[in-house]
Amino acid sequence: MLNGEDGLNELLEGIEKAFQLIISGDPTVLDITLRSLYISGAAVCIAALWGIPIAILLGLKDFQGKFFLKGLFNALIGIPTVGLGLILYLVFSRSGVLGFLRMLYSPTVIIIGEALLVTPIVVSFSANALEAVSPEVYDLAKTLGASEDQAFFAVFREALNGVLLATVSSFNRAVAELGVAQMVGGNISGFTSVLTTTIANETVKGNISLSIALAIILFILVFGITLAVNLFQRRRK
Amino acid sequence: MIAELRNISKSFNGIKALENINLGISEGEIFALLGPSGSGKTTLLKIMALIEQPNSGEVYFCEEKVTNKNIQQTRMRATMVFQKTAVFNTTVYKNVAYGLKLRKIPKSRIKDEVSDALRLVGLQGFEKRLANSLSGGEQQRVALARALVLRTKLVLLDEPTANLDPRNAAIIEEIIGTVNRSFKTTIVMATHNIFQARNLPHRIALLQNGRITETGTTTEVFTSLSRTLASFAAADNVFIGDANPSVDGVTLIDIGNGVQIEMTALKSGRVSVFIDPKEIIISRKKFVSSARNILKGRITEIADAGNVVKVKVDVGKPFIIQITKKSLADMKLHLGMKVYLAFKASSVQTIQD
Repeated sequence: MLNGEDGLNELLEGIEKAFQLIISGDPTVLDITLRSLYISGAAVCIAALWGIPIAILLGLKDFQGKFFLKGLFNALIGIPTVGLGLILYLVFSRSGVLGFLRMLYSPTVIIIGEALLVTPIVVSFSANALEAVSPEVYDLAKTLGASEDQAFFAVFREALNGVLLATVSSFNRAVAELGVAQMVGGNISGFTSVLTTTIANETVKGNISLSIALAIILFILVFGITLAVNLFQRRRK
Repeated sequence: MIAELRNISKSFNGIKALENINLGISEGEIFALLGPSGSGKTTLLKIMALIEQPNSGEVYFCEEKVTNKNIQQTRMRATMVFQKTAVFNTTVYKNVAYGLKLRKIPKSRIKDEVSDALRLVGLQGFEKRLANSLSGGEQQRVALARALVLRTKLVLLDEPTANLDPRNAAIIEEIIGTVNRSFKTTIVMATHNIFQARNLPHRIALLQNGRITETGTTTEVFTSLSRTLASFAAADNVFIGDANPSVDGVTLIDIGNGVQIEMTALKSGRVSVFIDPKEIIISRKKFVSSARNILKGRITEIADAGNVVKVKVDVGKPFIIQITKKSLADMKLHLGMKVYLAFKASSVQTIQD
């Protein structure tokens, strides 16, 4: 067992090494970071691709069962990642329904899993933003000469800040989640290991400096992207 | 005739909003649709702006019938300014430039046109400001600039000065007059403000319960108007209710939500009720007086109207009371405060529907 002082020294040493790893552009660190960006980015793109149309339906159209569907998506925002990971594991494992695809422990299956994970965020946040747009905006655009499509786009643009927030929140959730990536990705080095899974596994192995380096990168990613979007929103106005 | 409505009817969920409207707007005139809120003015304007489809009837624009085929094209030739000011959540410049961009006007020209339009409404140099950060009056002027910059032959204005302070209202009325005179723009405006209807327009149509009850030049309509109707159309406190004469020689009018009003004249059946905001007394405590109507409510809005203040009190129905700024300060009235309203039975005016 380490005593307190040794623990502190180890931490300081870890931080120092972590910065060296980041500054020197360590290939492992770079590889894992890029894979995390790619997987979470792809997942958010897919979630946006199917989530935004659903949000438009929920936010702007009236139909039966809308209330129930909205409630469902709201509830799914908080779905436990490990739970979703387990379900996906069962579906994609050899004996599972989609086992024949042989996709378990591949980046693709993490993308699918994370896309499912963040879809409720995209849908609920975007639908709320669209709902909040004054219905007069549609008529306003039309009377200024917009076609139906252009008028619809004007409404969408009024909600763009909300939709952007939905996308950023989704990315943050995807990049920072561990359950799905671990359960269906398996943290295979150089293939499916991402920031969160590597941090978890390397810490257990005692490779503190790598974990700290990756954690710092994770923080920078999450805060950096949120900051960038905030700046973009200010400029857009 | 720049715009013509023939036998237009429109209902929403089975409730009639407009019934058999026939109306012709001549080129170059200022035409006012005068009527209380809920009379169908907005719907009528939206149908003329071609953003609402009537259930039956025909719309003609420049003697040409509007069909599904030419509606999009024709819509470009008229534009409407809404009552509830809707500005796009972006800069003033982008707001005003919106319609020009849709019309594919070159960028350099858009810049000049926007700056001209902003000068016209007295907002020169406001290009980079965020439209949402402006005051209500300024937003309404942005909306006006955004419509006028398009130089459409027909401009439809829905209650252009409602909810505005007198200063902004005067500015907007002046702009309307200027645009009509210098650009020969035809203007149709909906208003419940009789003073506005008296000064600006060349012709007026009275709209009540979705029907046009009278059309004519301003002088014609105003000479034939009863005083009651005149005050009624200007009013804040307009209610529709059921009148029941009672045995002791007064009439009780139920205006809904449990609110009953007593009046001196004998009436029965459905009536429109009007109480001048200046004739209502507001007090913090219930007091004994000769006023037959005493209503208890809560202050929901206090609006600056120049040298006076309009206080909105919810007694089940919203009442507007006009008091001086000094009274407001002396009485320490504030939002959410419980107050009593008192007015005489003889202050209640009605017209039979």
